[in-house]
Amino acid sequence: MNVTATGILAQSLEIALALAAAPLLLGWVDQWRARLQNRSAPPLTQPYRVLRKLFHKESVVADSASALFRLTPYVMFGCMTLACAIVPTISTDLPLATAADAIALVGLFALARTFIALAAMDIGTAFGTMGARREMLIGFLAEPALLMALFSTSLITHSTSLANMVDTLSHRATVLEPSLAFAGVAFTIVSLAENARVPVDNPATHLELTMIHEALVLEYSGRHLAMMEWAASLKLFAYSCIGLAMFFPWGIAEVDSPLAMLFAVPALVFKLAIGGVLLALIETASAKMRIFRVPEFLATAFLLAVIGLLVHQLLEA
Amino acid sequence: MHAVLTQSINLYAAFLLIVSFAMISQRRILSLVHLYTSQGVALVLATVTVAYLTSQPHLFYSAGITLVLKVMLIPTMLHRVIDRLDVRWDVEPLINIPTTMLIGIVLVVFAFNLALPISQLSSSIARSTLGIALACVLLSFMMMIVRAKALPQVIGFLAMENGLFFAATSATNGMPMIVELGIALDVLVGALILGVFMFQIREQFDSLDIRHLERLKEE
Amino acid sequence: MIHIDWILVIVAAWLVLGIWALFALHRTKFVARRLFPLGGLLGLALAGVALDALFSTAEVAQLLIGLPGLPMHLRLDALSAFFLVVIGAGVFGTSLFSAGYFRAGEGTAPGLLCLEYHVFLAAMAMVVLADDAYAFMVMWETMALSSFFLVTANHRVASVRQAAYLYLLLAHIGAVAILLCFGVMQANTGDYTFANLRAQQLSPMWLSIAFGFAVFGFGAKAGLVPVHVWLPEAHPAAPSPVSALLSAVMLKTAIYGLLRITFDLLHGGLWWWGAVLLALGLISALMGVVFSTVQTEMKRLLAYSSIENIGLIVAGLGLALIFRSYGMANLAALALTAAMVHVLAHAFFKSLLFLGTGAVLHATGERNLGKLGGLIRSMPWVAWLVFIGVLAGAGLPPLAGFVSEWLLLQSFLFTTALPNSFLDMLIPLVAAAVALCVALAGYAMVKFFGVIFLGQPREEKLLRAHDANVWQRLGLAWFAAGCLAMGLFPVPLIDAIDRVTNRLLGAGLAQAVHANGWVLLAPIGLERASYGPVVFLGGVGAGITLGLLIARRLYRGTLRRGEPWACGYAGGTARMQDTAEGFGQPIRQIFEPFFRITRDLPSPFDVRPHYRVLTQDRLWHGVYMPIARLVDWLARGVSWLQQGRISIYLMYSFLTLLIMLMLVRL
Repeated sequence: MNVTATGILAQSLEIALALAAAPLLLGWVDQWRARLQNRSAPPLTQPYRVLRKLFHKESVVADSASALFRLTPYVMFGCMTLACAIVPTISTDLPLATAADAIALVGLFALARTFIALAAMDIGTAFGTMGARREMLIGFLAEPALLMALFSTSLITHSTSLANMVDTLSHRATVLEPSLAFAGVAFTIVSLAENARVPVDNPATHLELTMIHEALVLEYSGRHLAMMEWAASLKLFAYSCIGLAMFFPWGIAEVDSPLAMLFAVPALVFKLAIGGVLLALIETASAKMRIFRVPEFLATAFLLAVIGLLVHQLLEA
Repeated sequence: MHAVLTQSINLYAAFLLIVSFAMISQRRILSLVHLYTSQGVALVLATVTVAYLTSQPHLFYSAGITLVLKVMLIPTMLHRVIDRLDVRWDVEPLINIPTTMLIGIVLVVFAFNLALPISQLSSSIARSTLGIALACVLLSFMMMIVRAKALPQVIGFLAMENGLFFAATSATNGMPMIVELGIALDVLVGALILGVFMFQIREQFDSLDIRHLERLKEE
Repeated sequence: MIHIDWILVIVAAWLVLGIWALFALHRTKFVARRLFPLGGLLGLALAGVALDALFSTAEVAQLLIGLPGLPMHLRLDALSAFFLVVIGAGVFGTSLFSAGYFRAGEGTAPGLLCLEYHVFLAAMAMVVLADDAYAFMVMWETMALSSFFLVTANHRVASVRQAAYLYLLLAHIGAVAILLCFGVMQANTGDYTFANLRAQQLSPMWLSIAFGFAVFGFGAKAGLVPVHVWLPEAHPAAPSPVSALLSAVMLKTAIYGLLRITFDLLHGGLWWWGAVLLALGLISALMGVVFSTVQTEMKRLLAYSSIENIGLIVAGLGLALIFRSYGMANLAALALTAAMVHVLAHAFFKSLLFLGTGAVLHATGERNLGKLGGLIRSMPWVAWLVFIGVLAGAGLPPLAGFVSEWLLLQSFLFTTALPNSFLDMLIPLVAAAVALCVALAGYAMVKFFGVIFLGQPREEKLLRAHDANVWQRLGLAWFAAGCLAMGLFPVPLIDAIDRVTNRLLGAGLAQAVHANGWVLLAPIGLERASYGPVVFLGGVGAGITLGLLIARRLYRGTLRRGEPWACGYAGGTARMQDTAEGFGQPIRQIFEPFFRITRDLPSPFDVRPHYRVLTQDRLWHGVYMPIARLVDWLARGVSWLQQGRISIYLMYSFLTLLIMLMLVRL
């Protein structure tokens, strides 16, 4: 693991960009959802205002909550920050990325999911435990699907290190890769499920029986809720960047070229903007599914990812 | 440019496979027809690409026939039949959808394995897609088996023909024109006859559920 | 003295301890506080000696016990040493825990339990050391018998006796298969030493028959489907420290046997052997984890989870066999290393989990998940130590369970180089199945921890549960520390395992791994894949600190305790939380074909409505009950011979005499 000065610079810049821009991405998606639904849109900085308001508010914790409950928002924040740090968003020269490859990234998301499900079970209300159950239901199908989608790219690039994957993919001569098409569809479905978007979960719902992610953060308030919301937006940012890194890796700066980061940031912003509009489009055009259709939906993603691997064996190996 | 076009054939093949799987997992009959139409479009594009790359003009005509027949004529007929029969949804298929998809995966593995030695023998530019074409045929056949209503079975039959057409294009650079026309006519007549059958079934049983047909056997 | 002599001294010391306990039959305190910790320390010594032996050359010894002219040959090579480390480490923690676990008046006397326990330990150590089939089988039987007596410690309960009977039955069926395997391997030479077995050149048909017997026999002991039915009955029936030993250590002796026979004694492995092991392992893993998510009793959940982990280990072995049969020694070493890491990791986290259930049982007397809850407040030590085991069991980074999962998935990625195209295409499916099993294991672990320790207590008496005493804490802490250490420092572990893979395959990962230092684990090459658990933990920790800084320093929010929000619903009770059945219901619905579900639904006219759902193993009713009925029918047919009249019996003797006379004449 060679830690260079440019590496540390790239790494810190990436973390700072993620922390600052993640709520902005959320605001952009919300704005476009509103526009597409013919409503007047909230301002782009609305998530920042929400965070600021929550940080200043008093945090009310249930009597029966244990230390796990109070620790989880910070653990979520830490996990998502690390996830954003190891995904190559603006540069592949990331010292931390050698410590965690694609499989460890999936494990990181699983760690976050375990903590949040346990925290929801901690208070012992009906909604919290129901949310925990649903979250694990989605997770146990989404995690293998994500892993298989990442495997497709690993088979093509002969590496599971994300930085290597981006390097290899952006320099390849062949541009159209059918197995990546399968992996892309599977990855989109998994992102929708994991980030609690329509058609799997409605992020704006307040009806108890229809919520999954909201049920998990039901008991949090004040700064804990702020941490959870920030972590959720970081998760969306991380997933979007993983998708961009795997399927549209052009424009990311390489090792020992710090100036290229100046071009990488606008490229990232441009790609994320388009991605946000597409997400808003998908959310507006779909209806939320019944909870027991969700495993079928995710099973489709899982099977598509597996077929992608098989197609790779057939066509490209 | 040449290389990009060659790879695009792989992309169309992959699209065909995705659409075959999507057809297995769909419950709404209108979506099935839309998926079939998109399969037709992918076929047309693939045939045109192969025609351009190998400079075989008869493939252009074949693509034209496919366009007229599979993208315009048959989907319109199917829409009319759906409107007159007033069917919107399929009942739960005979085996549930996740199991169907698992069987589908096994079929795909089987088809890929089968196609590998055969595609070594072919000289076509798209020979590695033979496995995908074979997989599409098997998946459509399976869709015909597990559906409980008549209309999805018909669409499965048509999708199977699509797969065969793609197999012909990929393995042998298209079939001779006579065979092409013959198959196209067969498909058209077959669809018309099946349409008539569906009305008869509906008349007899007041429903398109094929399990009612079991009542016709001698007791 | 050389290592093997030290080990024999330790084994003898265990037997001495056991016999000493016979003289202190009912003195619970003495047996618990003095003898068990001594046994534990001996276990630690065993682990230390074995670790040292791992890095030296193989040693042999002969014991002149037994029949004249038939001594017991013993041999300590790298494979045996590794499994001795597993045994020793497991024994140390479990014995310490047992010191604090004893309660008076529960069936078997403490002194007798101590004897059986230490005989069990001695037998396990000797099985791993055995170098001829005679010693192996004698020690295998001793292990089975002593563990049977340990399982029936609460012999006054009928269900415990039934479970132990089933265990004994299947253990013996397996032992017969192993005996037949040895019989085939010695190929009529009459010499049963492993050196001779190794030197035999069998035809492929006989090789495969031996392999089949070995898989059946060792699979029955390890808990592979379809001979796994004894595991979910026997492990919960035993006292918790014994369950921990059974799950964590005894199942591994079966893995040792499988390794010894397929990698060491049988030559010329065919590729389909690996495919069979891979398939069996995956089916066991999937069945085990699906069943564990729907259980309502905490120890049964862990028992099924053991079936899953053994399935994953066997799948890794199968993959290594496939690679070996195609001559890819390096990749075989990768798969084998993954399996070995999982052997040690599972020993640690499963012991931790079972001992945790022991502490809960000791404090509350409840084992049903529907009567537990909220114990994190009254039993914080147990809860937080078990939490580490839960995270490890779910295969989450940076703990021990993730390292083996990572290595196994890495070995799947490189199978695209296999010459056989059919296997090539099946491998993505297999990798997907492994990923699914690991994700479901996470589900089961969240259910386990959440229902027992979190939420609100479902019974009044849970509020008065006492936390673990010093001995129990020591035992739990040992295993928790092991999970952490193995997760954070995998490189020394792989160094040790490299000795084993070198012995069995002639290749190892140590060189590639050493090239990158101790911080990063990169078994193939740095540009292919790398994993640095310490940096990973540091990264998460830094993120947590950053979050704390932002939240506490920059903003001045306060904290207040109040009632739970629960969407404003004021009348919430502890019964409104999710039950264990409820938490497993989605899995029951999705994987319905795996189960045999019987439901008792209430009718609208019931005065006191009841709802009951029973989830059972299909194999029990589909395979085992018909076999049992067949045996019953045969037995009744034979019992027809017992007519009860003396003249009939005399006629039997007369007929036999006539037949013998005729035969002699011929």
